[in-house]
Amino acid sequence: MLVIKNLEKDFGGIKAIHNCSLEVKKGTITGLIGPNGAGKTTLFNLISGIYAPDKGEIWFNGERIDGLKPHRIFRKRLMRTFQISRELQKMTVLENLMLIPYNQDGEGLSGVWFLPGKVKKQEKNNKKRAMEVLEFIELIHLKDEYAENLSTGQKKLLEIARTMMADPEMILLDEPGAGVNRTLMNKLVEDIKKINANGTTFLLIEHDMDLVMNLCDPIIVMNEGSKLTEGTAKMIKSDPRVLDAYLGV
Amino acid sequence: MSGILSYLITLGIMAGIFAILTLGLNLQWGFTGLFNVGIAGFFAIGAYATAFLTKGPSPEHLGGLGMPIFFGLLISAVVSGLIAFLIGLPTLKLKEDYLAIATLGIAESIRLIFTNEAWLGNGNRGIKDIPKPWAELSAAPYYNLLFLLIIFIIIVFIYFFIEKSIHSPWGRVLKAIREDELVTASVGKNVFRYKLESLVIGSMFMGLAGGLYSHYISFISPDVFHPMQFTFLVWVMLILGGSGNNLGAIAGAFLVWAIWSGSEFLTDLLARISTDPKVSGMITNIQSPLRIILISVILELVLLYRPDGIFGEKKIL
Ligand SMILES: Nc1ncnc2c1ncn2[C@@H]1O[C@H](COP(=O)(O)OP(=O)(O)OP(=O)(O)O)[C@@H](O)[C@H]1O
Ligand SMILES: [Mg+2]
Repeated sequence: MLVIKNLEKDFGGIKAIHNCSLEVKKGTITGLIGPNGAGKTTLFNLISGIYAPDKGEIWFNGERIDGLKPHRIFRKRLMRTFQISRELQKMTVLENLMLIPYNQDGEGLSGVWFLPGKVKKQEKNNKKRAMEVLEFIELIHLKDEYAENLSTGQKKLLEIARTMMADPEMILLDEPGAGVNRTLMNKLVEDIKKINANGTTFLLIEHDMDLVMNLCDPIIVMNEGSKLTEGTAKMIKSDPRVLDAYLGV
Repeated sequence: MSGILSYLITLGIMAGIFAILTLGLNLQWGFTGLFNVGIAGFFAIGAYATAFLTKGPSPEHLGGLGMPIFFGLLISAVVSGLIAFLIGLPTLKLKEDYLAIATLGIAESIRLIFTNEAWLGNGNRGIKDIPKPWAELSAAPYYNLLFLLIIFIIIVFIYFFIEKSIHSPWGRVLKAIREDELVTASVGKNVFRYKLESLVIGSMFMGLAGGLYSHYISFISPDVFHPMQFTFLVWVMLILGGSGNNLGAIAGAFLVWAIWSGSEFLTDLLARISTDPKVSGMITNIQSPLRIILISVILELVLLYRPDGIFGEKKIL
């Protein structure tokens, strides 16, 4: 479903991504692990169009998407979350979510002025959906709060809630577990499994090994900007190269 | 009509023209985060456009088509919007600093062009006798009241237009862009399109304000469109009133204009009652720096106690 070929990205001499090739199969929850600075987030930035690669190709659903603008990539139904939450601060939690659905008639001025009935109806449905999602992630009591006032963990949840509003074909999660409490995380894991069972593919960066090991198959290990190895949790655990990479040998 | 009342009416007219500028800036900055520092330029474009169109033929300037004032004002807005479009096209895809530089540049260029190219608008001598609406009434004592009414109606109209537009998914996207452009793009919104729309519509209001100014004062020259008055002051009005709040923007315009022109009134008075010509000369000299300091101090004080301006932004929903 997602194919990456010989990708390169330099940041003024730092080879953040170097000759990186990998593939994510449709219907999987693929894990992406690797030491700090391995290039995982940079890879997400390249896939989601925030940076254009220096070299190489990115294919999604048989279409080449490298170099496309972020909004175009979202419209191909590929969505990402951010490692450091990027909530829309001076907007309410509810607004943060209602922004997401694509093709809202009210997003054009002509719709606002000439199709008020249709816009109103869409807004109603949109709000209903947002409330359901907020209910699920247990932020409903904060719906009218400015997003800037949420705690770090709550912001992370809002980040994930966005993907629930969009219903994409593939979701890239950058450390969804960081800062989220265990109980809720377990619930999220269940939900990821549920969404996955409905056909959504996941690529998930995570440092919490327990989480990765019980959720992801396969797991891709990155080191120094390229793929080191790939396999099931068991294989990864027993691969000496992975241990070396983490210990920086 | 008593002097005080007629003073208040002229104060209201100018404050109203500023309110239109501030509403335009609020759409651009308050809701979209676009840093327009060339407000005076869009204002000037509108002012000159309607002067060219509505005045009768004259060897002193371009145009002179004698068109109806309503039409002139419409074109003021359209031309200003068009220039904004041309500025936005290359700069809104780049980092935000470029818009600031481009708008600043265009405002200064417009002033210089009208100063140096005398065939356009009579250079520094300016264009006079720009027609007033219902000119046959202009000698009547309550004429300015009529003008104030027109301005008032236009403000109400613009206010409701922006409010309705903002309280919608469209406005939500603008606010999202203001908060975080990258996230907004990452959830599928064509950020460039929205920024362009916001810049153009806001600048159309600025152009309209310029047109109204032309017809009110009946005289324009490049000197009028100094950035101190028509860019800096508009920014102060918005920040003080409350960026992201349309009522705040209007209130800010009236408040700051009252202080600004009131301070002139006051220093004039001081200069006049002082018997020593040296003292009164000194007062006249320090008059304009003094009011800038005064306005800055007030701005500082407001921001100290109310960082979001007097009104602040309303939560939507
Ligand atoms: N915008 C940038 N400018 C310069 N260097 C960058 C930029 N983004 C990433 N890098 C560098 O690229 C390398 C890879 O960073 P990246 O954020 O992709 O790592 P990561 O695998 O996500 O690490 P972590 O697990 O700590 O999040 C690092 O050396 C980082 O400093
Ligand atoms: Mg990272």
